[in-house]
Amino acid sequence: MARLGYALAALVGLAATALGVAGMLGRAGTLAVPWLVPLGGLELTLDPLGGFFLALVGFVAVPASVYAIGYAAGSTRGVLAYLVFIVSMCAVPLAANVMTFAIAWELMSLASYFLVLQERERRETADAAWVYAVMTHAGLACLLAGMLLLAAWTGSVRFADWRAAAPALSAGARDLAFLLLAVGFAGKAGVIPLHVWLPLAHPAAPSHVSALMSGVMIKLGVYGLVRAGTDWLGGGPAWWGTAVLLAGVVSAVVGVLYALVEHDLKRLLAFHSIENVGIILIGVGAGMLYRHAGLGELALLGLAAGLYHTVNHAAFKGLLFLGAGAVVHATGTRDMERLGGLVKRMPWTAACFLVGAAAIAALPPLNGFVSEWLTFVALLQNTRVAAPALNLVFALGIAGLALTSGLAMACFVKAYGITFLALPRSEAAGRAREAGAAMRAGMLLLVAACVALGLGPTVVLPRLAAVAAPLAGPGAPARPGLGDWLTVQVPGDFASLSTLAIAAALALGLAAPLVALRLAGASRRRRLYETWGCGRMLQTARMAYTATAFANPFKRVFDFFYRPVKRLDIEFHPASRLFVERIEYANPTRSIFEDWLYRPVLDALHAAARHARAIQSGSANLYLAYILVALLVLLVLA
Amino acid sequence: MTGTVAIGLLQILVVALGAPLLVGVLRTLEARLVGRRGPTPWQPYADLRKLLGKDAVVSETASWVFRATPYVLAASMLVTALVVPVLVTRPPLGFAGNIVLLMYLFMLGTFFLALAGLDTGSAFGGMGSSREVAVAALAEPTVILAVFALALRAGTINLGGVVERVEREPWLAANPAHLLAFAAFFIVMLAEAGRLPVDNPATHLELTMIHEAMVLEYSGRYLALVEWASAMKLFVFLTLLANLFFPWGVTSLADPVPVALGLLALAGKLAVLTALLALVETSVAKLRLFRVPELLSGSFALALLSVLAVFLLR
Repeated sequence: MARLGYALAALVGLAATALGVAGMLGRAGTLAVPWLVPLGGLELTLDPLGGFFLALVGFVAVPASVYAIGYAAGSTRGVLAYLVFIVSMCAVPLAANVMTFAIAWELMSLASYFLVLQERERRETADAAWVYAVMTHAGLACLLAGMLLLAAWTGSVRFADWRAAAPALSAGARDLAFLLLAVGFAGKAGVIPLHVWLPLAHPAAPSHVSALMSGVMIKLGVYGLVRAGTDWLGGGPAWWGTAVLLAGVVSAVVGVLYALVEHDLKRLLAFHSIENVGIILIGVGAGMLYRHAGLGELALLGLAAGLYHTVNHAAFKGLLFLGAGAVVHATGTRDMERLGGLVKRMPWTAACFLVGAAAIAALPPLNGFVSEWLTFVALLQNTRVAAPALNLVFALGIAGLALTSGLAMACFVKAYGITFLALPRSEAAGRAREAGAAMRAGMLLLVAACVALGLGPTVVLPRLAAVAAPLAGPGAPARPGLGDWLTVQVPGDFASLSTLAIAAALALGLAAPLVALRLAGASRRRRLYETWGCGRMLQTARMAYTATAFANPFKRVFDFFYRPVKRLDIEFHPASRLFVERIEYANPTRSIFEDWLYRPVLDALHAAARHARAIQSGSANLYLAYILVALLVLLVLA
Repeated sequence: MTGTVAIGLLQILVVALGAPLLVGVLRTLEARLVGRRGPTPWQPYADLRKLLGKDAVVSETASWVFRATPYVLAASMLVTALVVPVLVTRPPLGFAGNIVLLMYLFMLGTFFLALAGLDTGSAFGGMGSSREVAVAALAEPTVILAVFALALRAGTINLGGVVERVEREPWLAANPAHLLAFAAFFIVMLAEAGRLPVDNPATHLELTMIHEAMVLEYSGRYLALVEWASAMKLFVFLTLLANLFFPWGVTSLADPVPVALGLLALAGKLAVLTALLALVETSVAKLRLFRVPELLSGSFALALLSVLAVFLLR
């Protein structure tokens, strides 16, 4: 029964991909059912940008559903919510008026809330779901406020009418609308400091759902930002793009810094989602700034780089979450300190995860490299903007992106090396078994996607450029020349890229030493022996490096950010202090966002609630009096 | 077409065969500077030959990642030899990427080597990996910003384009932005290639080593490949420093005479840079590991200044 549900989900995904690709290629269509919902009725429209995100939903839904056939077949719990989740995510990018959008958005949030709650027996899951519900509805409140204001000012709830009416609005109105919409969408995208729900909710969900939440759902926040900033409101002042770019830099660097000290495999991946949304926003923000400066072809490049990273992140983060799910399935733990040695027991999963890790670390010739390269190239051309303050913003983006990619590489050395290499650090890891056929098929689909997106920028990029062209403002070429089948050529001999050539050269480079060593008459014998260990008697997993130890240099270098706390508890033997019974050492890091931003807000809320308790006596008579007073006041006011 | 292939092969040969010599010359120079006689400059070739003849001893704990890494490392370095303008401004793979590609190719090697360090389950390997990736990650922003400063002047980030631009306007090389970027890049080279004061390539003392700790478990042909690849990394970095900042002699023609002249010019420039490196390495002490970030943030500041100088002097 569950299998049937997931197979159906895969079919929905296939249909979404087909429809979305058609939309990207320029097929447009509208579906309107005016009587179905109040305030404008149900209206869905397919356009290139919506088509891209629709295709993205299907792109991850297919492998995740195939994987789920093997992963979650045992229980029917959550199948319905999963189907609703996918269908509502398909509806969000197609929604053409406020009501349709709000319904789809809320359905998506509720369905994912129930999916997060699937393992509700665990206390932390319930907490995670609660934080998620609160944050997502705070975001929804911002979105609705922004949309209703726009609807009131433009006199229409249809997005198409906003496009025409928005340029005539006053600057202050446009700024306010953008701010409200951007905050709402950024919350869904997990932009720092609105990210607190993400590292709680994503790991708590089952892994095929985590893949969809990280790969697609948070991207719909990006969709909203792009849609609001460049389409509904039709571009804006420089601070919009600056804010998006700087939010991207902060999210990227802070996300990867938190990931580095995180040793729960799925939470680590969740923090990397924040980082990658940051990278996407760096591209999008650059695009918006270039649009403001009237440089259409550069705006196009920045937006296309952001979209490319969007689909790339969907591919490798989906893959990594599915791989992490296979590990959890086999060992029952997400704690990296209890894993290790899985490369020998789960060779398929290990190989797939390695491809995902290399892709997210932006190693050539895989897909992460292509989009980071494009983002760099877009940023590096900022000399054509003649405003020193903006140039500095771009330089910050460049440095931040470079630091992020270096740290992400370091983090995935840790994630892969500690989880899959060396000796198993627990009995469960030692007994792990390879994932089943359906789960492997799901992962292999995404491996193929990572490789194809890496080798084929010459095919993919022009399509994405066509999606971005209407959003890049006046002066953007409708069909930009971006090189030939082999090379991506950025206009004006600025830079070019050919991952096909790199891949071919790397393959030759791998073969050349093999041949050269043979010709040079090198010894071909190999002896197996134990690892050298300064003369110790045996090797155990306790001697291998741990994730905590691996992350320690970073913890020390960035201690102004992590603010680590040291706790050392020593229990002595009652007879003598010379005998130690137990030592407990903890060195946790603190979140400055929780300490400095959320804690004061929560404290203020609690204080307000305490004061409000004074009028909540529980007496029905008093409440009736309140109602009467409220009614009278309203009547007087009216 | 044949010309391109010939140039490609020639560049690979220069990098692959020149790298051990460069390391040998560096060691001889450093020995002389501290008053020892030192080995001949040809010693690294003898070392490599000896290693190739020996059996490889592989840890029982290690997986295929450990055995594949030396090949990945060598492959990534060989590809850089096709991307960097070693002899000609537009090398065969010059179109395939640019300095961004180059940095990520180095990262590819570092990524696999760090995994191999963890693979044997030895504490040394893990320690080396952790430190190596920390240094590599912190060096990354400097490289990109230094390149940005160059690209600002040249109007392109294609390596060949930068070289041609500086060749056309030699006074650019004396520009403050250019010199600041050079200094920043030089420090990054010290960190990336594992030289003093960041890492000591001559030591096997547990507490100080970075790169050597990571490759401790390698032996035989695997060790030969790893050593050769790290020599190539040093060679490529010095070549970048030489040809990006002082591109005299790098030709845009693929004819034998200019290429031969270019080879001579490269040898001269590398000799100067090697002497500079030997001077630095014999006159500074190794930094404590947690002082290295300070050095790298210093180089980052230089790179940032270089970018600002371009905007201010525009």
